[in-house]
Amino acid sequence: MADVASRPVPRPTPETQHFWEGTQVGELRLQRCDECAEVYFPPRPFCPKCSSKSVTVFAASGNGTLHSYVINERPHPAWSAPYCIALVKLLEGPTLMSNVVDCPQTPEALQLDMALQVTFEVLTETITLPLFKPSEVGQ
Amino acid sequence: MSGVAIVGAAETTELGRIPHMSQLQLHADAALNTLADAGLSIGDIDGVATAGESPTGVAHYLGITPNWVDSTSVGGCSFMIHVRHAVAAIQSGQCHTVLITHGESGRSNIGRGGRPGGAATLAGQFEMPYGPVGPPTMFTLPVLRYMKDFGLTHEQLAMVAVVQRQWAGLNPRASFRDPITVDDVLNSRMIAYPFHLLECCLVTDGGGALILTAAERAKDFPQRPVYVMGSGESVETPMVSQMEDLTSSRAFRVAGARAMADAGISHADVDHMMVYDAFAHLPIYGLEDLGFCQKGEAGPFIAEGNTAPGGRLPLNTNGGGLSFMHSGMYGMYALQESVRQIRGTAAAQVADAEVSLCLGVGGMFGASGCIVLCNT
Repeated sequence: MADVASRPVPRPTPETQHFWEGTQVGELRLQRCDECAEVYFPPRPFCPKCSSKSVTVFAASGNGTLHSYVINERPHPAWSAPYCIALVKLLEGPTLMSNVVDCPQTPEALQLDMALQVTFEVLTETITLPLFKPSEVGQ
Repeated sequence: MSGVAIVGAAETTELGRIPHMSQLQLHADAALNTLADAGLSIGDIDGVATAGESPTGVAHYLGITPNWVDSTSVGGCSFMIHVRHAVAAIQSGQCHTVLITHGESGRSNIGRGGRPGGAATLAGQFEMPYGPVGPPTMFTLPVLRYMKDFGLTHEQLAMVAVVQRQWAGLNPRASFRDPITVDDVLNSRMIAYPFHLLECCLVTDGGGALILTAAERAKDFPQRPVYVMGSGESVETPMVSQMEDLTSSRAFRVAGARAMADAGISHADVDHMMVYDAFAHLPIYGLEDLGFCQKGEAGPFIAEGNTAPGGRLPLNTNGGGLSFMHSGMYGMYALQESVRQIRGTAAAQVADAEVSLCLGVGGMFGASGCIVLCNT
């Protein structure tokens, strides 16, 4: 649905580098606080709950549910509308924006709380985006 | 003697060339060092001031829920001005402990925003690649979650636009005044499912201004005085995808509760209300987050006519962003209508309006300011 060549390309910062290195090797990486166990996103080198700088990067399961979305009808240089902009609630807790692919972009097909699993789309040599598709292991 | 002191002060861990930190992380590094210097934890901070980055971004990144923010950004002396504002805020009790941050990747240019959505900002990395096209595709993202959790129907959402058009019909200055029906709304062009054109604000030109002075002087002016009874403010997140709860705005809750407590009013005291309506769901969130309706009840409350002309809680009486006008930063127009209602000069004047509550939003549920006005 998206034209890879004209899709906005993220530019990693030192604090987010591990995330973008992870997607290149097929991992969706999150961070967990060693002090209070908070799992959080987007990346930063300290816990947004307790400010501890002792945090650990780990590979998330890649499983989540469709938390909310819109189906955009407005023109975008990289997409042909309509397409879904989704909020995915990960099994580990954090929510992130993404697209749901391999699924009709309709309210009937896109049911809230449906099970999703991560899939990866290579954008450039250094950036691979995490997208989501309906879970293959069932609802 | 101001009665206010500086109790923590620190710089970033390193100075000079710091290519391994983004600009936002420089703010955070300095902030965490300053907390340590003061022996405080992040939960002790209730006010945030910064320039260069937004206080919304800094507060969310650090995990602060402020009830006072200052983004005065006038160049290198901004931080002296933040100190001055913070002294006033602390003296008056608006907040207790203010964190002022600065960070600038001036040499390495890492994660320096510059323009909104720059590719190295958090939104540039974690939202823009998925194709949002402005507010109609972002401000609207939480609503399907709200609809499923609380049973709000497409027809009830459409009724927000229908009711506000009823008010606009009474206002000669409103952009759109012809009555509309639920069917008209649901048959208007789809912008971003579940939002139709008539559930999205207008895009118009305009402006507004206010002048404030000491209350004891107010009676010397030609217009009937309108007094600021209370105020509140907060920020949550610069990224709609990172809201704590898609069915409620934390910034609304903090700013609204603070403004009402500040004013010393209860819900029954409010005669007139404005909720910044960039999209049709905003009044629903505003009514619930400020406690005028229980969770899940604001949709039916509006659909049943309680906020319409003749209803018990007149809301968005100029027609709102959906029908009156919306230039982009509509908050000024909501304030203007609250002032008119309290002066008794509104086109659709609410009888005996003595207290008006005006709730604003910033960004996509990113920030909120709330003002309570009265006539005595």
